[in-house]
Amino acid sequence: MLEILLDATVRAGTPILFATLGAIINERAGIINLGIEGLMLIGALAGFSASYLSGSLSLGVLAAFAAAMLAGSIHGFITVQLRGNQIVSGLALTMFGIGITALFGRGMVGLTIDGFQRLAIPGLSRLPLVGTPFFNQDALIYLSFLLVLSIAFFLYRTRWGLVLRTLGENPAAADTCGVPVNRCRFLAVSIGSGIVGIGGAYLSLASTPMWIENMSAGRGWIAVALVIFAGWSSYRALTGAYLFGGITAMQLRFQAMGTTVSTHVLQMLPYLFTIVVLVVSTLRLARGASQQPESLGQPYDREDRK
Amino acid sequence: MKLIAEKRETRSRLFRFGAPLVSVLAALFVAGFLLLAAGVSPAQAYLEIVREALGSGYGLSETLVKATPLIFAGLGVSLAFRMQIWNIGAEGQIYMGAMGASWVALFSGIESHGLMLAGMFCAAFACGGLWAGVAGLLRARWRVNEVIVTLLMNYIAILWVDYLIFGPWKDPKGFNFPLTAQFSEAARFSEYFDTRLHSGFFLALCCALLIYLFMERTIWGYQIKVIGSNPQAARYAGMKTGLAIFLVLFLSGAVAGIAGFSEVAGLQHRLQHGISPGYGYTAIIIAWLAKRSALGVVVVSLLMGVLLVGGDSLQISWQLPIAFVSAFQGLILFFLLAADFFVQYRLRLDRETDHA
Amino acid sequence: MLQIENIRKTFPGVVALDSVSFTVAPGEIHTLLGENGAGKSTLMNVLTGLYRPERGRMLLRGQPVQFGSPRDSLAQGIGMVHQHFMLVAGHSVFENILLALDGIPNLFSRRRLKARVRAVIEEFDLDLDLETPVWKLSIGAQQWIELIKLLMRDCRLLILDEPTAVLTPQESDRLFAVLDKLKAQGKSIIFISHKMREVMAISDRVTVLKKGRSLTTLVRGAFDEKRLAALMIGADRIPRWEKRMHVGKELVLEISDLSVRNDRGLSDLDSFSIKLHRGEILGIAGVAGNGQKALAEVLTGLKTASRGRILAAGYDITRSTARSSYIAGIAHIPEDRKSIGIAPDLTVDENLIMKSFKQRSFRHWIFQNKQAIRRNAEEKIAQFAIKAGPGGSPVRYLSGGNIQKVIIARELSEQPTVLVALYPTRGLDIGSAEYVHKVMADGAGRGMSTLLISEDLDELLKISDRIAVMFRGRLVGCVDPQNTTREAIGLMMSGEVRP
Repeated sequence: MLEILLDATVRAGTPILFATLGAIINERAGIINLGIEGLMLIGALAGFSASYLSGSLSLGVLAAFAAAMLAGSIHGFITVQLRGNQIVSGLALTMFGIGITALFGRGMVGLTIDGFQRLAIPGLSRLPLVGTPFFNQDALIYLSFLLVLSIAFFLYRTRWGLVLRTLGENPAAADTCGVPVNRCRFLAVSIGSGIVGIGGAYLSLASTPMWIENMSAGRGWIAVALVIFAGWSSYRALTGAYLFGGITAMQLRFQAMGTTVSTHVLQMLPYLFTIVVLVVSTLRLARGASQQPESLGQPYDREDRK
Repeated sequence: MKLIAEKRETRSRLFRFGAPLVSVLAALFVAGFLLLAAGVSPAQAYLEIVREALGSGYGLSETLVKATPLIFAGLGVSLAFRMQIWNIGAEGQIYMGAMGASWVALFSGIESHGLMLAGMFCAAFACGGLWAGVAGLLRARWRVNEVIVTLLMNYIAILWVDYLIFGPWKDPKGFNFPLTAQFSEAARFSEYFDTRLHSGFFLALCCALLIYLFMERTIWGYQIKVIGSNPQAARYAGMKTGLAIFLVLFLSGAVAGIAGFSEVAGLQHRLQHGISPGYGYTAIIIAWLAKRSALGVVVVSLLMGVLLVGGDSLQISWQLPIAFVSAFQGLILFFLLAADFFVQYRLRLDRETDHA
Repeated sequence: MLQIENIRKTFPGVVALDSVSFTVAPGEIHTLLGENGAGKSTLMNVLTGLYRPERGRMLLRGQPVQFGSPRDSLAQGIGMVHQHFMLVAGHSVFENILLALDGIPNLFSRRRLKARVRAVIEEFDLDLDLETPVWKLSIGAQQWIELIKLLMRDCRLLILDEPTAVLTPQESDRLFAVLDKLKAQGKSIIFISHKMREVMAISDRVTVLKKGRSLTTLVRGAFDEKRLAALMIGADRIPRWEKRMHVGKELVLEISDLSVRNDRGLSDLDSFSIKLHRGEILGIAGVAGNGQKALAEVLTGLKTASRGRILAAGYDITRSTARSSYIAGIAHIPEDRKSIGIAPDLTVDENLIMKSFKQRSFRHWIFQNKQAIRRNAEEKIAQFAIKAGPGGSPVRYLSGGNIQKVIIARELSEQPTVLVALYPTRGLDIGSAEYVHKVMADGAGRGMSTLLISEDLDELLKISDRIAVMFRGRLVGCVDPQNTTREAIGLMMSGEVRP
């Protein structure tokens, strides 16, 4: 029973994990991205359409990454090169994403494909309790594990990772060391957005292999909150995503079991939970545990006189 | 040769005042391509929008009807924006305001028209205000990011209203549809000219005037401007920024809540699913487009009203999803942000700077 | 080594550099001298590629060069230690240095690089632990990190922008020793300062900058303090200061055992005690970051003390908010005027009433009385000679000096009994700085007491009646400006108490 719940947790948490990881890359570079919700939808639609038309799931994932990266680069251009207000630009991206996917998704409604199937890792998948949830999953979930590890390694053990972190803390410091600040920030926003798109693709290629208008249903916003919970670290993003996945899994379980509690009230749980998580995380932040990138949200202008 | 961006000495007047117009035109242009890609003729679509929204008396009244909740919500959101507080929860606040007003309408048993409407107004004001106030409290006390909180509370508010109308408030005579019973005559606004135009519109205009006076003439508006410009300086001056954050968010949500009141009292006459098809989010665009002006909010709301009426019509004739309007609004914002850049900076081609 | 010809650089509304020319030879320390606002930092930013000049050219080792970004200048061997450090507070020493290194592969060997860095640290006899996060280090130590960054990049031309502003006299000497060593290695050093004595001590050549123009370059032996001062300030307008004492017996402020904690849990202020008399100008000396800001914030109600007591004319104001402190008669000129002192988007009129907007004279009930507000602004503009722009323009477009005047006008409008001024003349040209001093002196004459917190010993010695020295949040000692030496104060600034 627990194993089934754990399995559902991982599956429910994965799209959020991708989204949170992408958002972490953005914010580590100093850019707030509130367009996550729109990016997930773009990724979901692009992924589904590409897979449906080509018959290849991998192509779908690539398409999702590319489409989201492209859309995210608009946000990147506006906030980095044009020094635009990051909050408004992110909201614009979300609105744009919702609208454009509704428009172009009309033709994809009602169609289905064969989504990602489970791939068992020999040996490990037979472990009790954790065997199925972690080692008998689809390729994208394995990719998410890899991503969590890679991002952590990238951030703390490579030079580029150091540069990325510096961009979010003190872009002027990076500038005087010869780092092309705007170019790097733009790249970080684009790539991070692409990763978010993969999260959206998971929804339409694995969770429910079909396209539904507005299918992310607010998950993008949960990811934005989870970044704070995660303290901008990829490992804690995993924890947060699965925590959220767990709540969702339990909520669905209750609904299936047919409780007296109204389905609507049950559906509130993930959002309420996220607010609580946000408050707790913010308080922990205030007490000094893991700081947010110092220059987060501030555009960089080399010629700004002090 | 490189493209250089350099800061201007003074903000470009041309772009400052021309930006909103230019952005809308640019968005229309790009949206046209999107429509083409989706198999819709942009020229025909735009013409239809203008025709439906402005081409007839009824169309005009519909535009005003659509603009009414936008004006309220837009005013509420722009109030918060003046203090650099991002109230993204106008949508949920509209729902809660509608809920509050409906509660009074359905269960208070008041018979006097004036008293009933007053009661509904107060309930909507309070519910919308408190809903936003939660985010205000969290932000003021613990510095919790209000963007995420207000936004998540949108989802909760909509689900809460759904719970009520699918459950305890469901109209027994409603054939199991998710809606409440109809309001009594006492709980409805009067309508004008045989159209759906209701008193809510005029109430909205009054509200705009009040907000203008509040922001530009009172000491509270002054404090809001100072805190919005530099919260630290405001604290040095002795202003209670924490209290201000809470009060401003409360007020912002309350004004948005009035939009909910206006919708149920003037238009729907009951509480039902989808009271607001995204007005709260449109309000954000309106607030940003209108910059700091209550009059601007009214004007832009009317423009958005045109779009929404046209969008409704396009939905019927071209099966264009109403969500497309969101895409258009997103485009306007993008171009507006880009235009903002040119207000502060100018571009220059850099030739070799080699003068001896 | 380096030749600069006719460089011109403007910003919106301001000509920062107007035809500057000078040269730097290898193996020399060339000082750039000029008062605040003369254009020294701007010129250096042009040199390092941070800014682009409109006109003029630069020759490095005989070849014309153009820098599009700091990357270019670094590649050519030019490095700079900025006045505001370019460090990431949350990263470790090693990570900060690593960022500056060139040619490091993406995946690098930590061990080997750390060894390289340690070698340089040892060569110059410094004492830095590579793993310490930067925020834990003293400002002097942080500056060493900046220097190491340049040394590891093998820079041949080093630029130091006011490095001794944050050092005690003893630490400064240490720095000069290192500079001499670098000189011997054939490196060139551009040293920026406005402190006459240092300039005399270490310069091989001096170029004087004034209002964006390079006036002249003098070789060692051809200049002395008086000549340099005359060049810097111009003709014989060296201000003569009339210092009069107005100190009364009455205690205006009495601080006992005050302690304040900061975000990171360290003690910013640690059992600080001092007394302030009526009409006294009490100077507070100390390297920035030793608790001065916390002291100012507690006095003005922005921070609460964790321990201790403040008495203002007998009343206990330890737990007041900013508002009631002001009513209690304490005014405040904050440290960073542009970011803290004003509401940048509002007009001068609106800024001037920031503290007094609730007064009866400025409002009818809840509505503001715009005419009264305008009249008040006109009065203050005339009284304080503020060069304000057109009526409705945001105050952020005013010059630094004028912004400071707006702040002063606002703070003094209520005839406060105590003025707490945090580095009030930082970044101001001599004229504006003089004005600030005049305001304090006049105020003292009228019975106003001033707590002047400054890192400029010359300023403190000039106008204070008494100087208190702070170190690590504590009071180290008090001295009489007439009967003390820089060295004595310097020792106290580094924590050594007089016997």
